[in-house]
Formats: sequence, structure tokens, C-alpha cells
Amino acid sequence: MKKLVVALGFAASCLLGTPVLADWAKTVADAKGQTVYFNAWGGDPRTNAFIDWVSEQMQAHYGVTVTQVKLSDTAEAVSRVQAEKAAGKDSRGAVDLIWINGPNFLAMKQAGLLAGPFLTDLPNATYLDLAPGSAATTDFTIPTEGYESPWRLAKFVFAYDADRVNDLPEDMAGLGAWAAAHPGRFTHPNPANFMGATFLKQALVEMAPDPEALAKPVTDAAYAQQTAPLWAWYDALRPNMWHHGRDFPENESAQAQLLADGETDFAMFFDPAAPAAMIQQQVLPPSVRVWVPKDGSIGNMSFVAIPYNAAHRAGAEVVANFLLDPATQAHMQNIDVLGSYSVLDPAKLDAAAKADFAALPSAPALPTLADLGPTLPEPHPSWMTRITEDWAKRYTQ
Amino acid sequence: MFARLSLTVAPGETVCIMGPSGVGKSSLIAHIGGHLGRGFRSVGSVTLNGVDLLALPAEKRGVGVLFQDAQLFAHLSVGDNLAFGLRAGLRGRVPRQRAVAQALEQAGLAGFEARDPATLSGGQRMRVALMRALLAEPRAMLIDEAFARLDSGLRAEIRGFVLEHIAARKIPALMVSHDDQDALAADRVLQLRP
Amino acid sequence: MIAARALFLLLLGAPVLIGAGLTLGTALGWQPGIGRFDLGWQGFAQAVALPGFASSLRLTLITGIGATLGSLAVSVPLGVWLVGKSGAVRFLTPLLAVPHAALAIGLAFLLAPSGWAVRLISPWATGWDLPPAVTTVGDPWGFTLILGLMLKEVPFLVLATLVAAGTRDIAGQMAAGRALGYPPGQVWRLMIWPQLYPALRLPVLIVLGFSLSVVDMALVLGPSNPPVMAMQILRLFGAPDPAMAQPASAMAVILLGVMALSLLAWLAGERAIAGLGRIWLRQGRRGRRGAQLAGPFMAMIGVVLGLGALGALLLWSVATFWRFPNALPSGFSGRLWGSADWLAPALSTLGLALASGTIALCLSLFWLEIEDRTQRRLHLGWLIALPLLLPQIGFLQGLTTGFLWLGLPPGPLAVIWAQLLFVFPYVMIALAGPWRALDPALLATAASLGAGPTRRFFAVKVPMLAAPIATAVAIGIAVSVAQYLAVLLPGAGRVRVLATEAVALASGADRRLAAIMALMQAALPLIGYLLALTLPLWLHRNRRGLRGGAT
Repeated sequence: MKKLVVALGFAASCLLGTPVLADWAKTVADAKGQTVYFNAWGGDPRTNAFIDWVSEQMQAHYGVTVTQVKLSDTAEAVSRVQAEKAAGKDSRGAVDLIWINGPNFLAMKQAGLLAGPFLTDLPNATYLDLAPGSAATTDFTIPTEGYESPWRLAKFVFAYDADRVNDLPEDMAGLGAWAAAHPGRFTHPNPANFMGATFLKQALVEMAPDPEALAKPVTDAAYAQQTAPLWAWYDALRPNMWHHGRDFPENESAQAQLLADGETDFAMFFDPAAPAAMIQQQVLPPSVRVWVPKDGSIGNMSFVAIPYNAAHRAGAEVVANFLLDPATQAHMQNIDVLGSYSVLDPAKLDAAAKADFAALPSAPALPTLADLGPTLPEPHPSWMTRITEDWAKRYTQ
Repeated sequence: MFARLSLTVAPGETVCIMGPSGVGKSSLIAHIGGHLGRGFRSVGSVTLNGVDLLALPAEKRGVGVLFQDAQLFAHLSVGDNLAFGLRAGLRGRVPRQRAVAQALEQAGLAGFEARDPATLSGGQRMRVALMRALLAEPRAMLIDEAFARLDSGLRAEIRGFVLEHIAARKIPALMVSHDDQDALAADRVLQLRP
Repeated sequence: MIAARALFLLLLGAPVLIGAGLTLGTALGWQPGIGRFDLGWQGFAQAVALPGFASSLRLTLITGIGATLGSLAVSVPLGVWLVGKSGAVRFLTPLLAVPHAALAIGLAFLLAPSGWAVRLISPWATGWDLPPAVTTVGDPWGFTLILGLMLKEVPFLVLATLVAAGTRDIAGQMAAGRALGYPPGQVWRLMIWPQLYPALRLPVLIVLGFSLSVVDMALVLGPSNPPVMAMQILRLFGAPDPAMAQPASAMAVILLGVMALSLLAWLAGERAIAGLGRIWLRQGRRGRRGAQLAGPFMAMIGVVLGLGALGALLLWSVATFWRFPNALPSGFSGRLWGSADWLAPALSTLGLALASGTIALCLSLFWLEIEDRTQRRLHLGWLIALPLLLPQIGFLQGLTTGFLWLGLPPGPLAVIWAQLLFVFPYVMIALAGPWRALDPALLATAASLGAGPTRRFFAVKVPMLAAPIATAVAIGIAVSVAQYLAVLLPGAGRVRVLATEAVALASGADRRLAAIMALMQAALPLIGYLLALTLPLWLHRNRRGLRGGAT
């Protein structure tokens, strides 16, 4: 059977003259029967449920089993691959596919821990805007060079309880004044966590005297200059925060729980649909709404990557491709499923796919694309590393 | 412990060894039976029917022991306690059951097969213990203060029962005790001194 | 004998030593994985220079030593209250089975400013429409963490006290002391407890080692910026930059040193207190006879906190939405029990527990039987104590690397082996006492009836000790179910159990899921204990001689 498929693939490649597709038929054949260990942050039940759905679909259509390895931090998977390399385990690694972004991607790419480039091997990559510098080919200003495949859109938003907050600030600077008027009612996740770092980056992008400087790797001089307003603002904000800014929720989920409990009035997410989804899950009260600073918020795409020593590389590629399927993306964007915004370029979709997206249901806490405002570019990852280290030095006593 | 001892017990004979506490009466029994723990040293030999006992592990010596507490296995019924002792050479469920029933009958405990040992009286327990030891067809018996805990009325009766059965099997028996009545019942008495 | 010793050394000693050795190697700059061999002290310099190192060290000492002192102090009045009370041991044993993680999650749900305790009295008694702006869970001094640790460790120490007291004539000594005019509390503190203390030393040091290096409870109840050292080490091991493994290992070595120093300090403290006690004792002061309420009072606090934590877990697991300050959820639904993915981790938890529990039982039986047959002790007691005294984080990460080198990939096998290091000691401790207490005359009788060593083992020892064996397995299962680091590190995320899921979800948004996982984690060992209590009873339903006192 395998030979037959290979032969068919070969025939197809002869007919179409596209070696990519020939390889793809072989990849699909190789993938059959594999178990793909998808290392993905496991803190969001809806995402976990979506991955379960992906697993079912993969099983039904490709004979591939997808097992989610639920991480509490993506760095766990990175260090796992590093440990395997350390132990000389250069094949049959434990990690097949990682949901990855920014610094983790940079660390793995620089250390030669990633397989690829593979993105253009995926048939569904044709639905992406792959122009140089586009969101689908850039991860925190780092060109992905085909070592990552996007799967969902991430954009920084705040969530607040509209029943309690009726004097929303306009921007990050205004948030300082709001916290002064409502001491103890605001906090952010620990910047050691991705979401806490994103909060600081959002403030940095808004306050840096020269936002252009953030796109380049950080230098001491640039750092001092660009972050001075940020730290001045933060020094004023911190004493007015929850627990006097001495203790922070571990991640965005813990922060959302604080909002649900009424311990604080704001939560923050990197998925604009998360609050609506959590209302549906009866985790957040129905009065929660999304707020975005008036000049917009930073955003990027979430990617998946394959470690260099993945035991089931073919299966991992088939999963990455399936995630980019227009039908998968429309299913994912459905608020009743996951509500995550699609990464596909609407201009490249056919009419049927466009209709699928247009028919998706709405919800009061679900922002429209217009509500979300402009997407601000991510700073170069070296900034994030520097800011979080500096924050730890400044505020860990 | 006690000085040299040289003793030969004839088949069917019961010798009682008397002596003050700590002189090593029970150690002697344990030594002959093969139950002595590490940390004891001995010189000399123990033979039974010409076989050097000390070279054999306890279970191969064919020496039965009666202890003070009867030492019935609490997890087994009375019948199973006896079956545990019954020599393995006797094959088949029915013959083995018959042998057990017969032994119980001899002990005046007919029909006690299914009883929980914990529900027996002291005298009954000792009789079961003896029958269990005899079913193993020992070539010698050791009795370690076995009657000390019984009521004085019952003691003579059980002692008689035990010694009678041992004599009937024509096997040598060694008994340690500090009860003069035990000594009187024995064929021969030996006093141990430190 | 030599083969048996080699087996135990290889199976239980080598992993700990290799793990600790690799950790030390990494701390000193030996990282073949990323091609670094620059031996030196810079890892330690880096660790000490980490932000908040001093606070983290202070916090570790406060929580570790505080929890140990507190637990011991509370165990004394509880001991005098419970000694001689029939059934106290049986009642306490299942309490030990409550896993740390589940208890911590329940306590957090109860004690947070928006927790159930405040909800019950708000707003009618407090006037709070919003949670009060105080810090309870995660307080910078680690008091909540100490409370959680104490709740878990006090029953352990009380049980150890009662077991030690069981071998002595406490009633007689108490009577003698009271006849001399001392009130019962004084007799206990001055005369009886000091006699029991030698038997308590190992349990106390285990509590000390555990409290200094706890991770799962610290994740849920402890402060986070900075956290306790063990948690900081775990974070560093998980950092994206592999070079961080060096300061992480260095910190683990420092934690090892902290443990060693605390242990020495504790032993010195013991002598000082014993000296002071003797001075007090020679003065012959009788002390006033206070009402003997300390014991019941402490027990009541413990029971209220424990039941409160359990109640909070139960309510959250079936809540629809539960807004502050409502005392109860606005609705109940079993939906999440039906849809949440708790069965798979529960089954893998059970599987791992049965595997490590069974292996630990076989090893313990083998150990004890070898000792019986050769009539010699194996003299490997340190093997039992070592994994319990060393901080887990100090050798488990190194062990995971060591397993990889041995060709044992992260997965269930590696987890079972790692768990065995912690399960075996408890199974062995639980079994050794009853095993060695078995009347030797009984075995001599069996031998005189012609039963060889094998028959004595299977037909006498094992069935007669069925109840202690069942209890030992239940203890083993409870220890296995409670393991967090021993699954997280050697399992490398591939092994999902209730402990890891519960702790991960405790910092997730859906409290109900965390509650379900925690409840299941608490339920498994309790079911084990129930079976351990009932199975031997059923097996020996007609055997009066084996009932009672069989724990």
C-alpha cells in the first residue's frame, strides 16, 4: 500500500511537474500510523479541546494520532529538546511538534534544534500571505525562513468587568492613573511568563521615544533611552497594584481567575476571543468585555515548529498542514469552538471558504476586527529578554 | 550456659530437663530443632537414628516441637492447620481429609475442621498442636514448656494426652520445664546447672 | 546476599547518587550536552547573583524550619490527647494519604481573600462586596505555605509518636508521673515524649527535608516573586536558555547544603533543648494543671481546615458560576465531570501507583526474606532514608539526564523507577515492623512440621501478614499518587498524572477543572486504604486471631 501511494505520488509529480506535491504524497504516506506528540501550552481548556478535535480529524483522514503534551510553559519543551541533544539523542526525540513563539523560537533556531525549512512544503501554505516581512513569515521581527508554520492569530487585549469598571483608561499611560484611583485592583502576570512580558512590551511600544529602535537588536544605549519612560511609569504604577506589586499571578489564566473572583478588575489575553470563550465556559462573568489601548496593541501569529530530532516528522508536517486548512481555520475561528482568529490571507481564499468565515456566529464580548484597532509590531526578541531580566532585577526583592 | 551434656533418649522415652531460668533449656530445644538464631555457638553433635541433625535445616530434621502457645496458624482453620502438618507423601484430597478427621477424633475434637483456632480453649489448642506435629510423622518430639500456661486442672490431663500419644508412636521425646509435675510424668529427669 | 545488596544498590542507591552527581557536575560547569566543560565556580556565582536569591533562601529556611518546628510542636499535645485512644492510629493513617497537591489546592480555594471562608461570612458579617485587599495565599513570608505543610505533616508525626508509644507502657509511666504530683501534660512533655523522640528523629528529619524542598505545595500556596528555592530551581531548569541549567544545578547543590546544615543545626538544637529540659526537670516544678484542651483544639483546627478545603473542592467541581461574595455557587452541574479529561490521568496515575507499589512490595518482601534466611541484616538503611532526606529537585533532574544516557527515554518506565525511590522506603518502613514482630516460634513450628523456607514464606508469613502487606501497598499507592516532581521531570511531560494536571490547572483559569483533578487525586489513595482495610478483613472474616491491631 505504501509503495502504491509512493508510486501514485511519483506519477502525480510527473504529471504536474511539481516535486513539492510528490514529496507531500510521500509525507502523507509516511505519516500514516504515526503518533505525533504535540507539545502545546495546556492552560486553556478550549485550546486543549480544539487539539483533541484536530486529533480526531487527523485520525479519521490521515491515520495520524495527535497526543497533546500539555505544557505549563513552552520553555519546558525547548529544554527537553536541549536535554535530548545534550544526551546525544539526535533522532527519535520525544517532541514532534511545538506551539512556539518569539524567544523560544529564536533560541531553538540559533541552537540548530529545528527541522526545516518545511513551511513551503505544506500544500495549504498557498493560503498564507508569504510576502517578506508579512506576519506569517515573521515571528517577533525574526524571519521564520520556513522553520515555523502559523496556526492562529494572537493580539494583545485587556478584559475588564463592565459592571465594575466604568472609567476605562485610554491607553497604557492612563492605566497608571486608573490604578492610582483604584489601588489594589490591577495586576499583570509575572513577566517571567510570556503574558506578563507582553504587558511590559505593550507599554514599551507605546511609550518608547523612538519605536523604530525596537525593531533592531537591543543595545545598551538604546535600551537605556527607550525604556526610561516605561520604568518611570511602572515605578509609579507598582505600589498601586494588587498585593502592592509584590506578588503576581503566574500566568494569564491565574490572572483571569482573579478577575472572575473579583480580586482584580482586569485580565489580559493574547487571544481576543478568549474572554468571550471564557464567558461561555462560565469562568468569567457575562459582564466582561474587551478593551484595547486606543493606538492599538501588539500582535503576531502563533506558530508550530518541528524539532530537528522529532521521531515523527512526517506526521508533524501533516498536522501543521491540517491546521492551515481553510475549513480547519474557519472551525477554529468559530466562537463556539475556539474563537481564535484565522491566520489565512482572506484575499487568497475561494468563495466557499469566504462564506464559511462569514457565517460564523458572534457574541457580545467578541470584538470585531475594527474594535481591535491597529496591530503594533513586536519588538525584536532581545528586547523582551532584556526587559524581563531587568524587571526581575528591579522588582524581585 | 550449661556445661557439657551427654544424653541419649530411647524411642518411646520421655526425658525432662529441669533447671533455673536462663540456663539455656529453651536454647537446647531450639538447637536440636534447628531454630536457633545466629549469635549462638555450640560444640558437640546431635544425632537422631544415626543421622547428624546439625547438618540439616530445621524442616529436614523431622523433629516436632510443641511450644507454650500451641502456635496454631491464625489464618488457617483447624483442619487446615492439621493439613499443613500432614506429611506431603499422603496424596489425594479424600485420604488427606480422612487423616485430618481421624486425628481430630483422636484428640476428642471430631468435626472441628472448619473452626477458627482463635475460638478454641487452651487445652483444645494444645491437642490440635500435638496432632498437627504428629501428622508430620516426626522421628523425635521436643516440648518447650508447653503446659505452663494451662490451668492446673487441665495441665495434667493435656500432659497425659501428649505423653501417651508420643509413647504410642515409639519416638524419643525431650521436654524442658520448671514444673515438678512435668518431671514426675517423664521417664527420666535431668537437672541442668549453670 | 552479595547479589541482593548489589540489586538494591543498583536499583535504589545508584539513581540517587547518579542524579546528585550529575547535578553537582552541571553546577561545576560540566555540560557535555551543549559542549561546555569550563569547570569552575561561576555557576554558584551566577546562582547567588540571581535577583531575589537572598529572599528566596530566607523564605526557604523560614518555611522549611517553621513547618518542621510547628508540626512537631503541634504533634506533642495531640500525642498526649490521642495516646491510648483505640483507633487513633487507624484513623490517622488514611489522613496521611491526602496528597500534598490536592490539599494545597483545596486550602487555596478556602483561604484566598476571595476564597470560600471569606465568601461564607461576606458581605453580611464583613461588609465586603469585593475581596479584601489582604494577602493570604502566596504571602511573602510563606505563612500559608507553612500552614499547608503543617496540615500534612502533623498527622505523620502524631502517627509516628503513637507507633513509638505503642511499644511502651505509657499508662504505667503516666500513672507513676501523676502519682508524683505532675499533671498529665507535664508527664508527657518531661518523661514520656523524650523517650519517644529517638523514634521520631527520622520522621522529623524527613519532614525537614521535605519542607525545605517542597515544590507542588509551594507552587500553589507559596509566594512567587521570589519563590522558595526549590521552585526557583525548577523554573531555571525550564528556562529556554540551556546555559541556565548551570546556575539551576548550582542552586540545587546550595539547597542540598542548606538541607545538610539545617539537619546539623537541628541535631544540635535537640541537645540544647534536652539540656534545658533536664535543668527544668531537676527543679521538680510540677507546673499547674491546665485544662487539657490544646490537643482537641489543634485537632479541631486541623479538621475544620481539612473539611473546608475538601468542601471547597467539592463545591467548585460542580459549580456553574460562583461569583464573590456568594457563599454558594449560583448553580450546580455535573457537566465538567462528564466532559473534562480526568479519566486518562486518573488511569495513568493508578497504573503508575500499582506498578511502583507492587515493585516496592516485592522488593521489600525480598529484602526481609533475605534477611530472614541469612539471619543477617542487609545494613542498607541509608538507602531507605536517602531519597527521603535529600531535596528531590537536587537529584531528579540529574537522574532524568542519567536515564537518557542509559537509553531509558522519558516516559512511564523512567517515572516508575523514579517513583520507586520514594515509594519503596515507605512500603519498607510500613512492612518491616509487623514482619519482624511475627512470632519466631510460629515459623519454628512450621519448620518442625517440615515446611521449607519457600513454603514458610508463602503459606505462613504472607497470609498471616496479609493486613500489614495490604496497608503497606496502600501506603505505597498513596506515596506514588502524591508524587509531583518524580513524574514531571522523568516523565518529560509525556506522562500525565493527576498531580501534574492538578498543579498545572491550579494556575489555570478554570478552578472547577483543578478541583476535579485534586478530588480524584485525593480519592485514589483513600480507595486504596479502604481496600487495604476491608480486603484482609474479608479474607480473614472467620479468623478472629488476625483481626484488630493489624495496621
